[in-house]
Amino acid sequence: MSDTHAQTVAYVRETMLEQKEPPITETGAIKWLRENLFSGAVNIILTVVSIFVIVWGLGHILPWFLNSIWDAGSLTECREIRNELYGSDASSACFAVISARWHQLLFGFYPQELYWRPVLAFVLLLSALAPVLFNSLPRKLLTWSMLAPFVMYFLLWGGTIWGPLMVLAGFVLGTVAFRFGEQVNAIIAVLAAILVPVLFWLFLAGPIAGALSNLMPIGITNVESKDMGGFMLATIIGVSGITLSLPLGIILALGRQSDMFLINKMSVAFIETIRGVPLIVWLFTASLLLNYFLPRGTNFDLMLRVIIMVTLFASAYIAEVVRGGLAALPKGQYEAADALGLDYWKSMRLIVLPQALKISIPGIVNTFIGLFKDTTLVVFIGLLDPIGLSNTIRATTEWNGIYWELFVFIGLMFFIFCFSMGRYSLFLEKKLQRGHR
Amino acid sequence: MSTFPETPKDGFRLSQLIYDTRYRSLTIQVVAMILLVLFLSWLVSNTVQNLSDLGKDFYFGFLSQPAGYDINQRLIEYSSESSHGRAALVGILNTILVAFLGCVLATILGIFAGVLRLSKNWLVSRLIAVYVEGFRNVPLLLWIIAIFAIMSEAMPQPRAFREGGGASMLLGDSVAVTNRGVYIPKPVWGDNSAILVGVFILSVIGIFIFRNYARKRQEATGDILPVFWISAALFFIPSVLAYYILGRPVTLDYPELGGFNFKGGLHLRNSLIALWLALSLYTGAFIAEIVRAGILSVSKGQTEAAYALGLRPGRTMNLVILPQALRVIIPPLISQFLNLTKNSSLAIAVGYMDVRATLGGITVNQTGRELEGILLLGLFYLVLSLVISGGMNIYNNSVKLKER
Repeated sequence: MSDTHAQTVAYVRETMLEQKEPPITETGAIKWLRENLFSGAVNIILTVVSIFVIVWGLGHILPWFLNSIWDAGSLTECREIRNELYGSDASSACFAVISARWHQLLFGFYPQELYWRPVLAFVLLLSALAPVLFNSLPRKLLTWSMLAPFVMYFLLWGGTIWGPLMVLAGFVLGTVAFRFGEQVNAIIAVLAAILVPVLFWLFLAGPIAGALSNLMPIGITNVESKDMGGFMLATIIGVSGITLSLPLGIILALGRQSDMFLINKMSVAFIETIRGVPLIVWLFTASLLLNYFLPRGTNFDLMLRVIIMVTLFASAYIAEVVRGGLAALPKGQYEAADALGLDYWKSMRLIVLPQALKISIPGIVNTFIGLFKDTTLVVFIGLLDPIGLSNTIRATTEWNGIYWELFVFIGLMFFIFCFSMGRYSLFLEKKLQRGHR
Repeated sequence: MSTFPETPKDGFRLSQLIYDTRYRSLTIQVVAMILLVLFLSWLVSNTVQNLSDLGKDFYFGFLSQPAGYDINQRLIEYSSESSHGRAALVGILNTILVAFLGCVLATILGIFAGVLRLSKNWLVSRLIAVYVEGFRNVPLLLWIIAIFAIMSEAMPQPRAFREGGGASMLLGDSVAVTNRGVYIPKPVWGDNSAILVGVFILSVIGIFIFRNYARKRQEATGDILPVFWISAALFFIPSVLAYYILGRPVTLDYPELGGFNFKGGLHLRNSLIALWLALSLYTGAFIAEIVRAGILSVSKGQTEAAYALGLRPGRTMNLVILPQALRVIIPPLISQFLNLTKNSSLAIAVGYMDVRATLGGITVNQTGRELEGILLLGLFYLVLSLVISGGMNIYNNSVKLKER
């Protein structure tokens, strides 16, 4: 058969053809351009428009940026240098304001010779955050994370070491009381864990700290809250708000999901009231009205009031996010926990919350980003956040009339913080993805 | 025969309040209630004590006293002799104005950006990504101040609009963007303009009735009417006809340069423009992400199924994709509108006279009634939030998936 076939067919190719190069329009950059930028009429128009936007934008920003002047004593000096170098029509950024005042934007009016303290505190903050954020690190480091806040407080505010130590001692006493109470029964344990530290702080901590500091006056220079400002202030308020609002938000969310009528209604009322009113009104409440609500003569730090308000505010938002996570969890999970005979707290801690929190991570991180951005609002009640400091800098004779350089610097700093938080949330989402959704 | 353990019959023991799950929740609630009442009464007694120590009372009569300050932007009649209550009302209207304008522009921007970010065009999607990330990760307050600075520092002065001044008006000499604000033509309502407005409102109502009819008809028979074109015709034709029949009752008053400033027209102050643009751009970036997530949430199978049924791309979008995407988009969109409304209180940064600036600012400072002023301010925002979320929830329920 094959023979006849060979004779009837005039020509049969016996060798493979060399592979040809793909057509030039189907490879490399040209293919990419055709597919991504010029695949149709609409796309071509869009591409042209966006190229126009980019060129227009860069045409304004690039010269300004490239001609920037980093070394000058004042805005007029900046302008003189510009006139000398580029002519008086050229646009030129005067980043000299940043090189002259960066320390103020970062630390506010913190004493210059003590800058090592906030810097060290920031490094400690990162080291304390690391085991919380990345669970590939040894779990024992979490002990350090729990101790770090006291060290950081001591570093930032200074003063006697016995103050933060007494607060820490209160927590230790509470833990000890809980351990002892547990042997009797759970309710006594909880009551003891709350009452013992509170009583200790109210009645014993002050005298003991006073006596100890008389005996051994260990301490470093005290720095007042009003001297703190800039990104240091934003970070202090932001980080304290974030750490404190998460547990509070989870409790509120559980309260809102609760079957108990009164607990449920209280949580709803709290959450909706907080969420219905802008943060700025709450901050005014903290600065103007708190004096009415508290016993006469109570007067505590404005920064502490702000932290409390910001925490309450963020916790209401977190409560709603976590509630979403709780609601998204299949009912079978709750029932399975009940079927295993776990009590409420155990079922929440071991089964419900780990899953619900995982679902709510993006929302929680978004709330945190919002909280961090909202720290700029404290400028309206007289704290010196970066934007407040930019006004202060602009009010000086040297830098009167400088806007964009300060805005760019502040915006960039916030962008770096918030963007990295957003990326961390993506990383966490990916890591926690179990593939069953 | 199995025996069941006898349930204890010896009545109620006190320890059951803690150990018996039937009573425990009651105990917890009673304790919580007592603590709450104690806390609130502690706050109230402190407040009463503090007020009496300061020689103040809790009284809202200040609202009817003359305010004595001026408000540069007002939607209703107001002068410095008007009462504090009237000033608060002017502020409330200003807040609602900027919130409304902001919501509209933010929605438009957000939808455009969200759709374009999904574009296959690499350049466009990157450009939109820069916009979205740039606005989401930088505080709104900074944007408000920056846009205000652009408006007041980088825009030409009114005198630059003179002959050879280098600046020119936009849109056929009708809009002037100056460093003192934006001047736009102002409608002048002549005689018979009420009839024109009536015709316009009637035609809008007509559009709703027609759309409802078209939807019912489509559900009953499957015929699809050209809804868009008929709505557009209903929107324009009656009003335009009435406009000419009634003899052009509404005319435009164009802004004109007179002396050192513009005269005539409507003056939109920098504070309003900066606040409006910043709120819209900022919220628009969030809405873009919501829209993108909503469109991505509709699985590809839906599009393919619609194509398999022979629907054209436009119909696929309208009948299959959008109704499903809207369900995902609406709830977070509501909270963005609420956020925008609450964020409008940042007006304080640029001196826009919203309710926080009048009622919660100058009035409080002048009368010294912080407690009453801030309380009313908080209540106003609370009510406004509840109204917006209530209204949007009604709409949400109408597009929600109807289950069994």
